Amino acid sequence: MSTTTTETGSYIPAAETLGAVLAPGSRPRRPSAWSASITFGWRAMLKIKHVPEQLFDVTAFPIIMTLMFTYLFGGAIAGSTGEYLQFLLPGIMVTSVVMITMYTGVAVNTDIEKGVFDRFRSLPMWRPAPMVGYLLGDVFRYATASTVILVVGLIMGFRPGGGAVGVLAGMGLLVVFSFAFSWVWTMFGLMLRSEKSVMGVSMLVLFPLTFLSNVFVDPETMPGWLQAFVSINPITHLVSAVRSLMAGATDAGEIAWVLIAGAVLIVVFGALTMRLYNRR
Amino acid sequence: MRERGTGLAIETSGLVKVFGKNRAVDGLDLAVPAGTVYGVLGPNGAGKTTAVRVLATLLRPDGGEARVFGHDVLREADAVRSRVSLTGQYASVDEDMTGMENLVLIGRLLGHKKPGARDRARQLLEAFGLTDAADRQVKNYSGGMRRRLDIAASILNTPDLLFLDEPTTGLDPRSRNQVWDIIRIVVAHGTTVLLTTQYLDEADRLAGRIAVVDHGKVIAEGTPGELKSSVGAGTVHVRLRDPGQRPDAERVLAKELDAQVYLEADPVALTVRVAGEGVEREAAEQAARALSELAASGIVVDDFSLGQPSLDEVFLALTGAPPREDGLADHPATSEETAA
Repeated sequence: MSTTTTETGSYIPAAETLGAVLAPGSRPRRPSAWSASITFGWRAMLKIKHVPEQLFDVTAFPIIMTLMFTYLFGGAIAGSTGEYLQFLLPGIMVTSVVMITMYTGVAVNTDIEKGVFDRFRSLPMWRPAPMVGYLLGDVFRYATASTVILVVGLIMGFRPGGGAVGVLAGMGLLVVFSFAFSWVWTMFGLMLRSEKSVMGVSMLVLFPLTFLSNVFVDPETMPGWLQAFVSINPITHLVSAVRSLMAGATDAGEIAWVLIAGAVLIVVFGALTMRLYNRR
Repeated sequence: MRERGTGLAIETSGLVKVFGKNRAVDGLDLAVPAGTVYGVLGPNGAGKTTAVRVLATLLRPDGGEARVFGHDVLREADAVRSRVSLTGQYASVDEDMTGMENLVLIGRLLGHKKPGARDRARQLLEAFGLTDAADRQVKNYSGGMRRRLDIAASILNTPDLLFLDEPTTGLDPRSRNQVWDIIRIVVAHGTTVLLTTQYLDEADRLAGRIAVVDHGKVIAEGTPGELKSSVGAGTVHVRLRDPGQRPDAERVLAKELDAQVYLEADPVALTVRVAGEGVEREAAEQAARALSELAASGIVVDDFSLGQPSLDEVFLALTGAPPREDGLADHPATSEETAA
């Protein structure tokens, strides 16, 4: 047990006061699916309030990514960093936010280890509510990260052709896809034994997925076999869709592809997550 | 109002839960009468926690049947969930949040509106002596406070059945007494309590009936008194005035009671387990003879008592091995321990 003992006086359980709270009052109706999920979303926000350090992932990390890759590759790939930024920014935004999705799995796993999960699972409520709640909190994180990157990009000279509407639409699409993609991590969070293994698997999936895409370079320059992978990588399609929106040249085909992929992710990994959640 | 306090709260037959090769619960049969404290006693790894998790719908059984207030834990899990609460072995509260926030969270999840949830949380914090700590993060609570918050969360909607999985493990004696008092009050208000414990005297103090569990099976069941008398007659405790007379006393007692005499750490104390196969009166007669023999030998006795066997001894007799060491960490020393 913790040694930070701060016992408040000597508590003596009193039959009257305890009895008063035990008197079986009328029980409220169980909350709706939406209300239970929102309550878990509220919990996620409270945890951000109490542990603000966790926002480093959605502030410092994206800033570093943006600065690093713009100045590292800009000259070599596009001839100038300013030029490269126009190409890179939507992609680096996608990369950063998609990488942040892995913390969903970590949060699920930590809760399981701490025991609080048992209480949630023993409550009579809509079963997916805790999972949806995590993701609602994460949507806030994704939006924060996207905004941070956008602001940094604008300061560095990013001038999107799609204007405010195009940029917001691009960010919206990214957040929607990330919400869907996070169900992969809720599954791993439930399946794997420790926080470390969740991180390990996340990295194993996320690095190839984000780097072997059209985020950093034009796939034309890649060998054929790699192009084949890049062209089926959902991140490639997401980046193309977000780029098109931000550039003001909306590519409806890519957007549809992303939305369908998102729906498939939710159906498949949502179902696997809930199966594991109920089976544990 | 649904029926409380009649019939069986829990009924299992041949319940099995397997993890890989480990049969954690291996044919468990339980019948827990409603409105009582029912103790499930066993060492670490006996399958107590697994059984509780199956009954609280957190794990799916691999075989057998389990019903809670008549509802099957597998097919009618939601009906079970609406009647039970669980206080797990590791405090099931969120350490990053405050005590107030924890209770409001559970209140909201049970369907209370925000103001109602806050009122309820305030009442509970008050009743559990946590008002001053309401706005502190739970990670700064002591073990006892955390456990109280945990129980408060469990009775937010007064459950018909409360699972307490080793609620006093790791608590200091004062906090443990507080938890015991809380349990007594909770059960007095009609909630059935299933208490798992490795502390033998805890089950003895609180439970109306006890199931002794080992290797996922019930190896004995009954009231604390029945369990004790099924084992042996009792234990004689003797305290002398003069430690110098202890060797003499040991010799006299060994002869009169025809049993092994244990020398306690206290230099004036001795303990003898009376063999008298379950016949209590005979044990009393033997003890009386031994006492008069001590007096006849000029040994001054300050204190002499014949007690029922402790539940440690019950366990020893039932399993052929003492409960594991860690189960006895906070337990008042028994004669065997001090003699060793």
